Amino acid sequence: MTATTDTAEELLPRSHRSGIGQSVADSLVVARRNLIRMARIPEMVIFGLIQPIMFVVLFTYVFGGSIKVGSTISSADYREFLMAGIFAQTVTFATAGAGAGIADDMHKGLIDRFRSLPMARGAVLTGRTLADLVQTALTLVVLAGVALIIGWRTHENLGKVLLGFLLLLLLGYAFSWIGALIGLVVRTPEAATSGGLIWLFPLTFISNAFVDANQMPTVLRHIAEWNPFSATVQACRELFGNLPPGFVTPDAWPMQHPILASVIWSVLIIVVFRTLAVRKYRSATA
Amino acid sequence: MPGAIYAEGLVKTFGEVRALDGVDLDVPEGTVLGLLGPNGAGKTTAVRVLTTLLQPDSGRAVVAGIDVLKHPNEVRRSIGLSGQFAAVDEYLTGRENLQMVGQLYQMSGRDAKKRAVQLLERFNLSDAADRTAKTYSGGMRRRLDLAAALVVSPPVMFMDEPTTGLDPRNRQQLWEVIQELVAGGTTLLLTTQYLEEADHLAHDICVIDHGKVIARGTSDQLKARTGGERVEVVVHQPDQIEPARAVLATYGKGEISLAEHTRKLTVPVTGGAKLLAEVIRDLDSHGVEIDDIGLRRPTLDDVFISLTGHAAELERANGEGGSTRAAKGPKEDGQ
Repeated sequence: MTATTDTAEELLPRSHRSGIGQSVADSLVVARRNLIRMARIPEMVIFGLIQPIMFVVLFTYVFGGSIKVGSTISSADYREFLMAGIFAQTVTFATAGAGAGIADDMHKGLIDRFRSLPMARGAVLTGRTLADLVQTALTLVVLAGVALIIGWRTHENLGKVLLGFLLLLLLGYAFSWIGALIGLVVRTPEAATSGGLIWLFPLTFISNAFVDANQMPTVLRHIAEWNPFSATVQACRELFGNLPPGFVTPDAWPMQHPILASVIWSVLIIVVFRTLAVRKYRSATA
Repeated sequence: MPGAIYAEGLVKTFGEVRALDGVDLDVPEGTVLGLLGPNGAGKTTAVRVLTTLLQPDSGRAVVAGIDVLKHPNEVRRSIGLSGQFAAVDEYLTGRENLQMVGQLYQMSGRDAKKRAVQLLERFNLSDAADRTAKTYSGGMRRRLDLAAALVVSPPVMFMDEPTTGLDPRNRQQLWEVIQELVAGGTTLLLTTQYLEEADHLAHDICVIDHGKVIARGTSDQLKARTGGERVEVVVHQPDQIEPARAVLATYGKGEISLAEHTRKLTVPVTGGAKLLAEVIRDLDSHGVEIDDIGLRRPTLDDVFISLTGHAAELERANGEGGSTRAAKGPKEDGQ
C-alpha cells in the first residue's frame, strides 16, 4: 500500500515556481483581490479618514491653545507638533482594518477555501497587509493635504520628509500584522474591529503623540519614551522639522536615536507577529 | 490497492467531544460516496481532515494516492473543495473570483482567465460574469463556488452539504452538474443530511453518527437491511381496525403495527402491486371502508432512523410506540 502511494506521488505535476517566487506571486494575487474590495467598498476608506481629520481639528482648535510643548503654549507650535502624532496614530488604525478583513474571510469560509488551495502559506495574510499598506498610504496623502490646509508646514528637505513618511508606512505595516493575528484569533469582524482599536488608545495616548512627554509624571514618562509608537513620532518630528522651540530631547536611547529605534521596533513587530499569525493561520478553523 | 479516497482509523477530538471516533473510508476511483448523518455526526470534520484543513489526532488518510498528513500541499493540487458555505468573495465578480482561484492553483494569468470563461459558460453564469457575487442568488453563488472547486478539474472532489439551503429547482440543477462530473470520471465524497440526495447521487453510502460509521453499503443493501416492502392502510372508522387487521394477517409476512389515532395499519409483505390489488378487493369484500392504502418500499429515511435509533425518541414524542414506520410520518410531512 505504501509503495503504491509513493509511486503515485512521483507522477503528480509539481509547481515549477520556487518557494519565494510563489510566495510573492500568491501574495500579489491576494493583495489585488483586497484592493478591488476596497475600491468597491469606498465607505470603509472614507470612514477611515474621518476620524484622523476630526482629531486634527479637535486637538488643534480645542486643546491647541492650552497645551504646553517645549517651552511655549502656542496654537501654531502645537499644530506642527501634533501632526506627526496624528499621522502615527492614523497608520496604526490599519490594525483594525486588517483584523476585521481577515476575521470576515474566516467567517465566510474563504480562509478554508484558500487553505485548501496549493498556495504559499503566508500569502493570504501578506496579501492582506500589503493591501492595507496601500490604503494607509492613501490615507496619509489625504491627511497631509488637510494638515497643509490648516497650516501645518515642514521645515526640512524633501528627502527627510519622505523618509519620515516611509517610517510611518513601516509602522503601519507592522501594526497590520498585529491586526492579522487578532483577526485570526477572534474570528468575528465586529470583535476584530474593537479588539484592534481598544488597546491602541492607551498606546497612543501614553506616548509623545499629543503632548510633550517631558511634562508627564516620571513613570508614564519612561513608558512614553520607550513606547514603540513614540520613536516613530519623535523621528518624524525631527525629519519634518516640527520640534517646538525649547524642546529638550529626553535622554532615553530611543528618543536620542529615533529613526533607528523606529525601524528596529517596526521590524521586530513584523517578525514576531508575522510568525505568530502565519502559525495561527495554518491551524485556523472557522 | 486503496481507492481515490482512503482513510483508516481517523480520530479527532475537540475537548470532550470525539468528533471522529475511528472512521475508515474507502472510495474507489470514479465513484461517489455519500456520507450521511445528522448535524454534529462528524461529516464536516471528516471532510476537513481529508482536505488538509484539520490535523487528526490519529489515523491515516490517502487522497489521490498521496498521504494527506505527510504531503498536504501535494494533496491540495489534486482536490477541489466545495464547503458548507458558498466560499466566494462577494465583492468580486464571478469572473474575478474564478481567476483568483486559478492563479492560486498556480496557473498563469492568461490560463486562469481562459479557464474562468469556460467555467462561467458551463455553470450558466456567463450573463452574470461581470457582476459582483453579492448580487447573485443563493443558487448562483453555489454554482460559482462549485466552479471555483473545479478550476483545475481535480480528480478528487469533496462537497460538504452542497445543496443545503437551496430550493428544489436549484437542487435539481446542482445534481445534474454533479452527475456530469462523475460521468467524467471524478471521484466524489459528498456529505448530506438529505437521504434522497444520497440515494440519488451516491454509489455507496456511509451512515455516520457520533463520529462512527454505523453502516455502509449501496442504497439497495441498506434498504434491504431495514426490511422489504409494506402495505399501509388507513381505515375510515376506528371500529374497522379489527376487521382490517384480520384481513391483513392473511397476507402479512410479519407483525402488523398500528398507529391508533391515525387509524393506520402497516404490515410487511412480499408480492408487490399485484398483492396490493388483492388486499384492496379483500378489504372491500369484508366491508372495510378505507381512506388510504399504499405499497411502501423503505426509503433511506427508514434506514437512517432505524440505524441511528433516533426513531425511538420520535415515537415517544408521538405517543405511538412500536413502529418505526409510524415515526417517520411527521418527518415526511415536513419535507
